[in-house]
Parts: sequence; C-alpha cells; structure tokens
Amino acid sequence: MLLYTLKRLLLTIPTLIGVAILVFFMLRIVPGDIVEVKLRADGGNVTEEVMQQERERLGLNRPLYVQFADYMWGLARFDLGISMWTERPVIEEIMIRLELSLEVAILATIFATLISIPLGTAAALFRNTWIDYVVRILTIGGLSIPSFWFGMIISLSLLSLFNWLPPITFTPIYEDPVANLSQLIWPALAVGYRYCAVTARMIRSSLLEVLAEDYIRTARAKGVYEKLVVSRHALRNALLPAITVMGLEFAFLIGGLVVTEQVFNLNGIGQLFVQSVSRNDFMLIQGMVIMIAGFYVIINLVVDLLYAVFDPRIRYGS
Amino acid sequence: MEAQVQVQSRAAQSSVPLLAVEDLHVRFETSRGVVRAVEGVSYTVNRGEVVAVVGESGCGKSVSALTIMRLLAKTGRVTHGRIMLEGRNLLELSEDDMRAVRGHEISMIFQEPMTSLNPVLSIGAQIMEPLLIHLKMTEEEARARALELMQQVGITDGERRLSQYPHQLSGGMRQRVMIAIGLACKPKLIIADEPTTALDVTIQAQILELMKNLSRELGIALVIITHNLGIVARYADRVNVMYAANIIEKGSADDIFLQPAHPYTNGLMRSVPRLDEPRGTKLQTIEGLPPDLRMPPEGCRFAARCPHKLEKCLKPIELIDLGKGHEARCHRVDEIMSGALKVEFPSGPAVTSQAHIGDKPILEVTNLKKYFGVKAAGAGIFSNEMATVRAVDDVSFAIAPGETLGLVGESGCGKTTVGRVVLRLDEATGGTIKFSGTDVTHHSGREMRGVRRKIQVIFQDPYSSLNPRMTIGEIIAEPLKVYGIVPDKKARAARVGELLTQVGLFPYMAERYPHELSGGQRQRVGIARALALEPELIVCDEPVSALDVSIQGQVINLLEDLQTRLGLTFLFIAHDLAVVRHISDRVAVMYLGRIMELADRDEIYKRPLHPYTKALLDAAPIPDPRIERARAPRALRGEIPSPLTPPSGCVFHTRCPIALDVCKQKVPEARDMSKGHLVACHRAEEIQRGEVLQGA
Repeated sequence: MLLYTLKRLLLTIPTLIGVAILVFFMLRIVPGDIVEVKLRADGGNVTEEVMQQERERLGLNRPLYVQFADYMWGLARFDLGISMWTERPVIEEIMIRLELSLEVAILATIFATLISIPLGTAAALFRNTWIDYVVRILTIGGLSIPSFWFGMIISLSLLSLFNWLPPITFTPIYEDPVANLSQLIWPALAVGYRYCAVTARMIRSSLLEVLAEDYIRTARAKGVYEKLVVSRHALRNALLPAITVMGLEFAFLIGGLVVTEQVFNLNGIGQLFVQSVSRNDFMLIQGMVIMIAGFYVIINLVVDLLYAVFDPRIRYGS
Repeated sequence: MEAQVQVQSRAAQSSVPLLAVEDLHVRFETSRGVVRAVEGVSYTVNRGEVVAVVGESGCGKSVSALTIMRLLAKTGRVTHGRIMLEGRNLLELSEDDMRAVRGHEISMIFQEPMTSLNPVLSIGAQIMEPLLIHLKMTEEEARARALELMQQVGITDGERRLSQYPHQLSGGMRQRVMIAIGLACKPKLIIADEPTTALDVTIQAQILELMKNLSRELGIALVIITHNLGIVARYADRVNVMYAANIIEKGSADDIFLQPAHPYTNGLMRSVPRLDEPRGTKLQTIEGLPPDLRMPPEGCRFAARCPHKLEKCLKPIELIDLGKGHEARCHRVDEIMSGALKVEFPSGPAVTSQAHIGDKPILEVTNLKKYFGVKAAGAGIFSNEMATVRAVDDVSFAIAPGETLGLVGESGCGKTTVGRVVLRLDEATGGTIKFSGTDVTHHSGREMRGVRRKIQVIFQDPYSSLNPRMTIGEIIAEPLKVYGIVPDKKARAARVGELLTQVGLFPYMAERYPHELSGGQRQRVGIARALALEPELIVCDEPVSALDVSIQGQVINLLEDLQTRLGLTFLFIAHDLAVVRHISDRVAVMYLGRIMELADRDEIYKRPLHPYTKALLDAAPIPDPRIERARAPRALRGEIPSPLTPPSGCVFHTRCPIALDVCKQKVPEARDMSKGHLVACHRAEEIQRGEVLQGA
C-alpha cells in the first residue's frame, strides 16, 4: 500500500508538468496584455516607450521558449514565479488565501458528511414514506438552488432577524476560533447544502441497492439486529460510491467558490482567480491552475486509498 | 421464561413435529395485481429429518421457506396459516423475538454463495456474528467456536481463513462458510434454499455429503428446497412436490420416486434425461407453461398441461390420502395408483440420428490453444508482469456432419472458450480449425463472412442474449437482412413466421418483445435466430441450463428434432452429464483446458477410463433413491485449481485418487484405447483391466 501511494505520488509529477505546459501555452495564445491593463486601463495616456520598458522589466519581450524554460526551471525548484501585478511571489499570494478557502471546503465537507449520511440512510430505510419524500424534496432543493443565492438568503436573514452580519476580516482559527467560525460557517453552510444534497442522494440510492443484496438477507437470517444490519452490513458497502462524489466535490470547493466568495466578501482562492484572469496576470493564473490540478490529483489518490480501507476487495500494490 | 421451557419440553416429549407449516397462504401485492405465491401449503418436519420441497421456478417453494424465517419482501403478506416451531406460532412472535429465532433456532443457507456473504467483512467476523449475538459469547470464545466450525465444514486452514474476505474464497469454500454460519448456534432446523445449484458437480457432491452428515451427527433437521430431483433422491427422507403455489404430492422419497401418483410428478421425472435410462429414449415433455398466479384456475392447476385431464379436473381438488403419509392432489389418483391409468406424456417421434452421419468431418480442431494474458496478481500499475491463463490447451477433436459432440466439464474448464474460438469470436493462440476441409483459423473478417453463415450459436442465457428493444421478428430477421439472403421485406416476414413455427412458436409472436415471453420461449427464439441462416454447424453453449426441468425437456427434444429434419451438426457444450449423454453421439470431457477423455457416448458412460470422468459420473445424482442409496459416497476431494497456475504434469493429479509420481511430471498423451476411445491418463490401461478404481 505504501509502495502504491509512493508510485501514485510520483505519477502526479508528469500530470502536473503536462498541466503546466498546457496552461503556459494556452495563456500565450489567448490575446491580452498585462501591461496594457496595468498602465492604460484607467484611461491614462501612457507612451508606447513606457509600455515597452514595462514589458522588458516583466520579461515579456523575451522569446517564448526562453520564458517557458525560465518558468519550467522555476517549477522544478517549486518556485511559481512572481505575480506580474502585485510583484509578490505567487506562492505567497496563494497561501494567504488558501487557508480560508481550505477551511470553507473542510467545514462544508464536515457539515455535508454529518447531515447527508443520516439523511440518505433514513430516506433509503423509509423508502416511499413521508420521511423519504421530505428528504428528496430537501435534496432536490440543494441541487437546484445556486449556492450564491442561498448565501445571499443566509446573509439577508442574519441581517433582518438578528441585525447582525458576519465579520469581513479573516481571523485564523488558531487565533480566535469564534471570530473565525462566525465568519466562515455561513459560506460553508451555503455551499455545504448542495454538497450535502449530492451525497445524500448518492447514499440513498446506493443504500437501496445494497439493501437488496443477498448478503443483507443473510445477515437478517442470522438474526442480526436490524440496526447492525444497516450500520455494519449495508452502510459500509453503500458508502463507497458516496466517497467518490465527496472527493470530487471537495476538490471543486477549493477553486470553484468564485461567486459565493463574492457574496460573503471573502478574500479566497476563487476571488483571486477572477482577479488574476481579469488582470491577465499570467504567472498567477499558471500557479493557481497548477495548484488546483495538484489538489485534484491528491484528492483522487486519497479517495482511492479510502476505497481500499472500506473495501477489502481493493488492495493496491502488494 | 420457565413456562416457555416447560412448553418446549412437553412438545419435545410428545410426537409434535419440530416444525409444522399449516395451511400457509402468501400473497404479493405487485403493480400488476395480487400474486398468490403460496396457497394452502402444509408440511411438517420432524427432528433430525431431511425434508425436500421440490418444484420449478415460481412455484412458491422459496417463498414458503422465506416465510418460515419471516424474511419476505415488504410486498409479501401472509394472509392465512400458522408456522409452528415446537408449539410456538412464529407468525405471532414480535419482531425481536423472531430475530432471536433466526440464526439461533432456525438457520438458512442460500443459493448463491458468491453473493450471500458480505464482501467487506472478514470470514471470521461473519461466522462469529451469530455467536456473539445469540449466545453472548466473548470474542475469544466465539473465535474458538468459529475455528471448530471451520473444521466441521471441512475447511482445513481455518486460522488463516478467518481473517480472509469472501472474494478470496472459491464458490465451494464460500458455501462451506455459509454452512458454518448456519451451524454456529447449533440450530434445530436448517433451511437450505437451492444450496448447490450454483456449484459444480463435484463440489455439489461434497457439499451435499457434508450437509447430510452434519445433520445426522448433530441431529439437525434439514429442509432442502431444490428443483433438482437427483439431489432429492439421494438425501431426502420425505418429499413435497410443489406446483403453482400448491403442494401437489407429498410422501417418502420412495413413494415419490418409485410410485409417483400425480401426473406432474411423473412428467417431471420423465422430462429429465437420466444417466441410468436406456439409450435413445426420447424425453417425454410437459407441454405448456405453469398458470399465472395472479388468476390461477379454480380446478386442478395442472389440468391445462395434463395429458389425462377429464371434465372433473376443472373442479377444485384437495390432497388425497393414499396411505402411509403419501398424498396427492389429483382427481384420477386412484386410477393411476391402481395401474388402470398409465401416465404418458407426448414425446414426438423417436429419433435415430446415427443413420446419416457423414464420415468426412465438418469441423476439425487440431491442437487448439487459447491463452489469455491477465495482469499478474502481484503486479503494480507500473509493472507489465503478465500471467497466462491457459483456457484451452492442446485440444483436438473432429465432428462429422449430422453428429452431436458433447463437450462437458465443470466451470472454468475451457469448454465455452472452445466454442468461442470455433466461432472465431476469440482468436486462437495456436492450432488449427478446419471447417468443411478449409483452414479458417486465420481467416480475415471478410473471408469469415461466408463461413459464419454456416456456423451459428445458441447461447446459455435466453434472458440477456436477446436485445430487449427489438421485437422477436426483428431479432430473427436481422441475420437474413445482414447477409442479404431474403432482401424482400415481405418475404422476410414470411420466413420469420416459418422459422417460428419450426421451433414450436406461433408466427404472431414476431410482434412481441423478449420480455413478453417465458424463458423457454426465448430460448426457442434464440434457436430460430440461429436457424435463420440455414447453418450446418450450431455451437450450443449450455442451451438448457438456465431453464426449468420441464422446459429443458421441450428444448432438448426440439434440438433433436431439428437435427434430424435439417441434418444439423451440433457442438453441444454443457455441464450436465445426463443432458449431454442424452443428446450427444460422442462426448469429450474437459478439465482445466484439456480433454481428458473422448469417446462414443455409450462407451464413455459405461466404461469411463479416466479417473475424472469416473468422479464426475459418481458425483452426478440420479433421481432414484434405490440406486442412490446403493452408491458409495465418493465425493471427489479438493477444488478445481486456478487455471493461472495449473498443476504440472497431468492437470488432474492434485485431485486424482490414483495419481502416481509420473502424473506430476509428465503430461499424459491422449491414447486410443479402443475404437476411438481417447484417454489422457497414464494409468488408463490399468483402469481398463480393472486393476485400479474398481467398482466405480
């Protein structure tokens, strides 16, 4: 298993190199010039000479292959370069926001797991009763209501009911957990609803399938308590497909919360993404794409490893 | 509690049976109406007794068993009746009291060992579970008992097995584990629902032997639910025959097999090919299908299919006592028992297919090899380490025109692969296939077109081998269209009608979809589709194994008829020795990719010269209790080795009772022992002279 993990980790290297090459050239094909945005966007009358100077300073006038070699060499040293807009290291720009985004993603996952497992299980066990109908309506809601809209509703209700709004400045959880949570629990809830709906539906359908399996009948024929039949015999088998969904959702949450972050005014990865794209900040975009690709790869690995934990039929390597 | 103990001990003293099912009625609410799955079923089981419930699919045998355990699906409802276990009515127990009965007083063993164990729990955990729940054992006690149970059910390396998971065990091993679970709390009764149907013949014999012995030693009563009359003859004390939700006959095994009273029981026995029947007998078949249980007929339920029905058969009928516990539900039972009425079922004209067998082989297979590369078990994702499965290894045979060659063997022996390679669905790894004298082994797709017309196939599963979105007519017409044989649409429809009539269906069925037909009818459609191209050779891959016994007989007779009428040649692949014996002219026995023995049908069944053939014949149950009792229990030991790591030398040596050192080192050549009786065994001469394996 350890060997397998190592191999998979090694495999991420060619994947990320591929992503880096792809994103580097794609960004260069797409028209757009950071210098243009930086100096002339406000309508300022900047001479062509100054523009050229700025391009030179940023290294944009060098031949493409030189830029590319430079960039790849940086990557090899885990150096994602310097943001062309803020002139600070890309890693630094990402890191200050990653903490927040990661925390929202984790909070949403915890929330979704805690709610979706009992919800999905109840719906499956009481199939076609009012319990099932309520769960199904709730989850359909989760799938169809956009997170940002739900987030707005949350914000507005907080304001009108308690005359209170969550704080805007980010405090790390290890400094002040209360302040931290009172800011981040709301966006986590907003995106967690959808997350929870997806997983609950998954758990419901896979549990229904598992409950019809022969080995469940065997368990009942053994005289196992119904509670144990569900928790021990059925749920473990039913969670496997849910894990895949949760992994994908989690990876999405890290980079994909663009609008929700806007609603709660959070300075997270999503917002950084939008900014860097609108500013044509190539270095930053590249760095973020690579980072998010890395997250996807790692989370997929974790999902695969979790599979092995839950299902003895899956054993890697040995 | 004490009162209950007293009731129980009193019950034990008197002659109250262990289990009494009394006038049980079960209904299922479905979207298409109420199905009366069980109606008025009563039977008793005494302590330590083996009782069989026999019947075809849908007759209610499994439903009645599940009702005893109260494990019916939610749509099922008991509308009437009692199930008395030692004086307690199980149907009136609270859910928790009933749970305490399950696995403790009554255990159940299910049909599918492959799916009946939880894949994510270890074998140990699954065996220990009832011990921990019912007997409140500690973890260590339960573990010790689990080891003891493993020993009891014949699993030798219990310690290692306890920590393994179901997927690491073979089907036979899993069924042993199921039995161990069933035995765990020393129940009074075990209900086994088709316990060996999914297993190979030699493994089936092992498992049945084991169950019978355990039941005798431990005094556990056994209810065996099965469709296999052979099993019943060997193991049951008393037999209940079910048909269309009713018990139609009950009695001792001798009563049922030697003096069957009900026409259905008679028909059931005659529609199964038997290993002990004289050669050349045509199977008698029960025409038609069982009634729809949503609206069963008022009178005798078998009347519609009975060749001896009278006016009075349309009136309701109860079980009639024939003395000594033999009962039957038939209006004419007195005539039948007195011999005044001889039960006969139609069987069609007798066939002598031998007459026109040509001498130039139509299909000649020489040294055929088919290897599959699979990723080696230990190989990681970077490794290209491959293991080779020798699915077919050096197989040679020839079939003459008009002949039927039976290819028989247990699962994984490569018989289906031989069929697929002959059809060129798989590419041969080595050897040659000659069809009508031309080497077609490496024919390209275009070259094969002409040949494909001449070689057709009938598949095993009539449920999944017909496209559900095409009508029967479209399915049969497709090859006619593809090959441009009947380009005209109208003519095609006429041809389809003709083909349908040929296989005993009606032309109007061309408009139907597969799901509207029964299994037997679908298999007939499969046959009609194969016949559409007027082939010379048909590969029949287990064509009857998915069908009920009474339907099996119909399809076998149809195949034989078609052979005589159309001069077809069959390569008949099957695992059922009796079926193969019935239909084949010559028989080849395969084991782990090799042919062990190949000979004339009568020769191979009368004078088998290979230890494996002998073992197979020994293991196959015969539906006659007298013969069965006289046979020594001689279950072949061990399991079929993995084709990934076949044994050296003779592949059978690991299970052979007479293996020598030479068998482990040298692959035996197939030798002609007499008139084309080929045997691949080092000791064939000794067996022929009767020096070893005598009396088998």
